[in-house]
Amino acid sequence: MGYLVDLTRGLWRENPTFRMVVGLCPTLAVTNAVANGIAMGLATTFVLIGSTVIISALRKITPEKIRMPIFVISIATFTTIIAMLMNAYFLSLYNVLKLYISLIVVNCIIMARAEGFASKNPVINTFFDSLGMGLGFTLALVIISTVREILGNGTFLGIQVMPDSFQPVLLMVLPPGAFLTLGLLIGFFNMMTALSAKRKGAQKRRAVNVDESAVNIG
Amino acid sequence: MDNQFLVTSSPHFRSEFKIERIMLDVVIALIPALIAGTIFFGMRALLLTIISVAAAVLTEYVIEVLLHKEITIDDFSAVVTGMLVAFNVPPTVSWWIPAVGSFFAIAIVKMCFGGIGNNFVNPALAARAFLLASWPVQMTTWAVPGAVDGVSSATPLAILKGTEVAGAQLPNLWTMFVGNIGGTIGETSALALLIGAAYLLYRKVINLRIPLSFIITVGVMTWIFGPNGMFTGPFLYHILGGGLILGAFFMATDYPTSPVTPLGQVIMGIGCGLLTSVIRLWGGYPEGVSYSILLMNMVTPLIDRYTMPRVFGTREVKKVA
Repeated sequence: MGYLVDLTRGLWRENPTFRMVVGLCPTLAVTNAVANGIAMGLATTFVLIGSTVIISALRKITPEKIRMPIFVISIATFTTIIAMLMNAYFLSLYNVLKLYISLIVVNCIIMARAEGFASKNPVINTFFDSLGMGLGFTLALVIISTVREILGNGTFLGIQVMPDSFQPVLLMVLPPGAFLTLGLLIGFFNMMTALSAKRKGAQKRRAVNVDESAVNIG
Repeated sequence: MDNQFLVTSSPHFRSEFKIERIMLDVVIALIPALIAGTIFFGMRALLLTIISVAAAVLTEYVIEVLLHKEITIDDFSAVVTGMLVAFNVPPTVSWWIPAVGSFFAIAIVKMCFGGIGNNFVNPALAARAFLLASWPVQMTTWAVPGAVDGVSSATPLAILKGTEVAGAQLPNLWTMFVGNIGGTIGETSALALLIGAAYLLYRKVINLRIPLSFIITVGVMTWIFGPNGMFTGPFLYHILGGGLILGAFFMATDYPTSPVTPLGQVIMGIGCGLLTSVIRLWGGYPEGVSYSILLMNMVTPLIDRYTMPRVFGTREVKKVA
């Protein structure tokens, strides 16, 4: 029963944004406000789950040679559905994210999961995998957009959190702020991973690492 | 014990140039401009510079302690960065602006890319671009020298650009040369900057290739494309106004971010000059020195690659068909 493994894979171990570094176009473009980040993440999750479940269900009758067009049609269908839903019920959000919602069609995360997981695994595993990946993507967008919105606008979800004397760092809600935040966060998470790996390694063997002392001198 | 013996291959040539000495020279060379800034803009200019330097040194120290790296704050490079950041802000800004700028310069631009010698653009200029994008109002509120509190004035370049009210008059050239004009803390006094530059040239810390080709290119471009027709431009105002002299002598010549080959250095200077002139004459901003240097910093590896001199005797022999 590897459902839990499938679910947690995308949250951290293979987090699409911080570990696999895919789907960067929406990540960089829409994360200037937390609300946009959440909406984009959930929309992508919806498309991801819907299309990969269909792809997984059809995996045994999908001819190898034309699997790509079938993936794309499936993904495009769900993208159109979410675009129409958002247009109908969340118009102001849709006006901000319009361009990027349509671009979910070409999101690397969905293609990667369709090709790498859904086309080889049963429907239920695929569902949990896609749910985990989608939530992992949403989590990444929320983290990035939280940093950017608080620093760049002094607010969180539109509510002012910084004192009045705080002068927002305008750069953080501009495009360079996205690159800065993403780069620093990836660096930070890599550092945490390395630290925890080191701790595990140190517990296993307490041998003196000769190479490390050499590095310090150099 | 082994570490006491330094084993290197020949040639065994001891250079007197050391990072500490070079950076100390740059600090010394920046002192006249700091004095000029303090005279024209008051003690506040000096205070902002001290805050900026302190922030730069502290940031470098904290990061190096956290990352268990060798502590390099005693090589004066952070001091130079801090001074240059302060020189790039108007004297009216809040006290925390140069501090945040210095933090950005050291933490993001310098340390994230591997510390001294590994930065891909000039840290102080990147900090200026960061501050200008983040707090545009504070960063472009200029003050009349001697009346820092409140009275705002236009920089000569803004008057040239025509973005200020029509009544604003250009100061005379001597005033501009001495530096009694609106501008950032360190850029206004051409006289003081040139004294510092002369010291650097005397100490052979910098050479004239980048600064001279930079300034001449700006002069020629702004002379040719004058506001009232060809070959009528007020080029002396363009040379003395803004951050051109500060940028040309102290920032474009930064070692890690400028070409090492003589031809490459001239190309760098001309490129900076062309970009500066284009931004000043046709761009949206009145001043373009900082962006032009940043852009040329990024193509420096490319310039170095194409101007690399050929090692004698290594030319490919033409194949006989």
